[in-house]
Amino acid sequence: MGSLRNVGAETARDIDWDGVRLHVVSGKGGTGKTTVAAALALALAAGGRKVLLMEVEGRQGIAQIFDLPPLPYEERKIAVAPGGGDVYALALDPEEALLEYLEMFYGIKRMGKALTKMGVVDFATTIAPGLRDVLVTGKASEAVRRRDKSGDRVYDAIVMDAPPTGRIARFLNVTQEVAGLARVGPVRNHADMVRGVVASPDTAVHFVTLLEEMPVQETLDGIAELRTAKLPVGGIFINMVRPVVLPGPVLDAAYHNRFDHSELMLGLKAAGLADGKADASKVAEALAQEVSEHARRTELEKRERLSLEAAGVPCYDLPLLPDGADLAGLYELAEAIRKQGAA
Amino acid sequence: MSRSAPALDIDAILDDDNTRIIVCCGSGGVGKTTTAAALGLRAAERGRSAVVLTVDPAKRLAQSMGLTELDNTPRRVTDVNGAGGELHAMMLDMKRTFDEIIEAHADPERAQQILTNPFYQSLSSSFSGTQEYMAMEKLGQLRRSGDWDLIVVDTPPSRSALDFLDAPERLGRFLDGRLIRILTAPAKVGGRSAFKVLNAGFGIVAGMLTKVLGAQVLKDIQMFVSALDAVFGGFRQRADQTYRLLQAPGTAFLVVAAPERDAMREASYFVERLAEERMPLAGVVVNRVHLSRAQGLSAARSSAAAEDLEAKGEHELTAAVLRLHAARMQLAAREQREQEHFTSAHPTVPMAQVPAMPEDVHDLAGLRQIGQLLAS
Ligand SMILES: Nc1ncnc2c1ncn2[C@@H]1O[C@H](COP(=O)(O)OP(=O)(O)OP(=O)(O)O)[C@@H](O)[C@H]1O
Ligand SMILES: Nc1ncnc2c1ncn2[C@@H]1O[C@H](COP(=O)(O)OP(=O)(O)OP(=O)(O)O)[C@@H](O)[C@H]1O
Ligand SMILES: [Mg+2]
Ligand SMILES: [Mg+2]
Repeated sequence: MGSLRNVGAETARDIDWDGVRLHVVSGKGGTGKTTVAAALALALAAGGRKVLLMEVEGRQGIAQIFDLPPLPYEERKIAVAPGGGDVYALALDPEEALLEYLEMFYGIKRMGKALTKMGVVDFATTIAPGLRDVLVTGKASEAVRRRDKSGDRVYDAIVMDAPPTGRIARFLNVTQEVAGLARVGPVRNHADMVRGVVASPDTAVHFVTLLEEMPVQETLDGIAELRTAKLPVGGIFINMVRPVVLPGPVLDAAYHNRFDHSELMLGLKAAGLADGKADASKVAEALAQEVSEHARRTELEKRERLSLEAAGVPCYDLPLLPDGADLAGLYELAEAIRKQGAA
Repeated sequence: MSRSAPALDIDAILDDDNTRIIVCCGSGGVGKTTTAAALGLRAAERGRSAVVLTVDPAKRLAQSMGLTELDNTPRRVTDVNGAGGELHAMMLDMKRTFDEIIEAHADPERAQQILTNPFYQSLSSSFSGTQEYMAMEKLGQLRRSGDWDLIVVDTPPSRSALDFLDAPERLGRFLDGRLIRILTAPAKVGGRSAFKVLNAGFGIVAGMLTKVLGAQVLKDIQMFVSALDAVFGGFRQRADQTYRLLQAPGTAFLVVAAPERDAMREASYFVERLAEERMPLAGVVVNRVHLSRAQGLSAARSSAAAEDLEAKGEHELTAAVLRLHAARMQLAAREQREQEHFTSAHPTVPMAQVPAMPEDVHDLAGLRQIGQLLAS
């Protein structure tokens, strides 16, 4: 850890993923992978570090979330973390990565351009999905290991906004994937290098989920799959968590249809919200219905949380941002991530 | 509602014998599978002989319909109420569907050659677009079988609803594409002059691909394509056929959306696209909408009252309930705005709302309730 700046200020904190350099963020579609990856990058960069945030699906999700014009295929600084620290971003494009790779190993960049025009590059990455993945994970692994002239690491951490849960194990299990493609040669070596990084303690694969049946199930399946493939499972980020506004006993009563209307009616009258008895009882009934639904929802969330906890990895709560995940919201999430010791 | 959309009359669609196919589309996680299953059940309970084709349903929902294994054939759902109708349900198995096309069209030896080809295996299990293609293929099969008078189709989970329309064409284009032809059969390519040009490029291209992918991969592709060619005429053509089925008057597209910006925007794109393709749109289902029976008590008034009670240190419970209500009203207002936004762009598109249930929908009773809400 010699290269980390501000070491003194940071050693006091106990961080769950100390020593992890590659954070892979997966999860069911739409649960907040891009948002959480961005917030995690901010959190990891806080206090003077340098972090690279990568996206791999060519969708310009990072640009969107940071409110920037589309990012080129190039690492560039996009945000300053709380307390100093830089977040760089890279929007990876498999085609560009293949060209870069061709140049690196075969010195054929110019021809590469011609091939792109013919659609060959697209074709090659399409017929061999494993090739696409190894190029992408290769780029991340390279960034993890990169050092500057004085031998210091260029990035303290890399955060990858990764493919969704259903594809994550295959995506990272590169050697397996390219086994059919190449038994020897540069692709094979590249895959072995990637395996050396993603299967090591340098890497943690995190999952983003909501407290709902399907994303939770997918998270548990994904974790099992990673374990089978001997890939390092990270933490679970429970996203869009709503605050509990009612005391436990009230929720409990409401869940069992024993919610006390009369107290609510008195309260409504005291607040001047009911003109007359009939009205108060009507409003109270409608509100009681909302309480009951809230209680049932809370109960379901509790169940889902229990099954997540059974996976035996750290869970972190990220609040539902009332105004959606805008830039200010990202910093709020980063703060929550740091407070819970995930970064 | 300042702008209100025409109401979507679900029962009129379900009861119309001319409705033969209902396609539920929409962006990821909005409730396509739930809606499809609920419609299938409702149609059956109103007397139709319906089959619902689901893609990746939640485990418990699948079990509730008696789907315990992925066997790619419709199973009869028991406990369907009402007289006369019946419901069958199935889960799509894309690899199996692909395998079956091959088996149906090739002699056993050739089929074996294709099925064991590594290139085929990766294509049939992981090419993006295969699932969509196979969903369409299965729909075509169910339709041709003539066994059901209504087919309700769920569409694969994907970020964009448009994938359902575009992906099959992508797979077709890929398999019938020029490049794959050049690579796999340089000697067969058309006219002489074209042949010459292409052939010059071919050396370089094949050389590069061999270098990066290895010679075996190219050989696998070559074998696959020539074996495939011999058995039936073009994937693209096949996709085109099903595509035309979707344009037929007996088809009704339902676009499912959540009342959120991204999902409504996707719904908007999709509605426009259907119009371009002359595909029959029945309407939009806005799913998981938050409503309140205490509409009259606004978010602002509710918050203010809560604050007041809190300041006085009285009626803690009521204050908390008022906060809960205020949050719900705020959410409802935001959802309302997203829907109005859509309606102002597409004022003639019929809409139905389904409230957000406090719990997941995972049994027939839940589906029945969703069906009822859809129709009301
Ligand atoms: N904590 C949060 N509070 C409120 N809104 C959120 C939160 N996290 C994410 N969102 C919103 O949810 C939506 C989905 O988030 P995001 O794009 O990060 O998901 P994703 O998993 O990357 O999706 P995809 O699978 O499409 O890549 C976005 O509109 C985002 O602004
Ligand atoms: N009206 C509703 N109220 C509450 N929960 C609902 C409602 N509709 C659907 N759900 C729940 O939301 C989850 C997602 O629904 P569903 O699987 O139907 O979505 P989908 O669009 O098919 O998703 P995917 O894109 O992943 O296929 C399920 O757990 C389902 O039970
Ligand atoms: Mg994303
Ligand atoms: Mg679905």
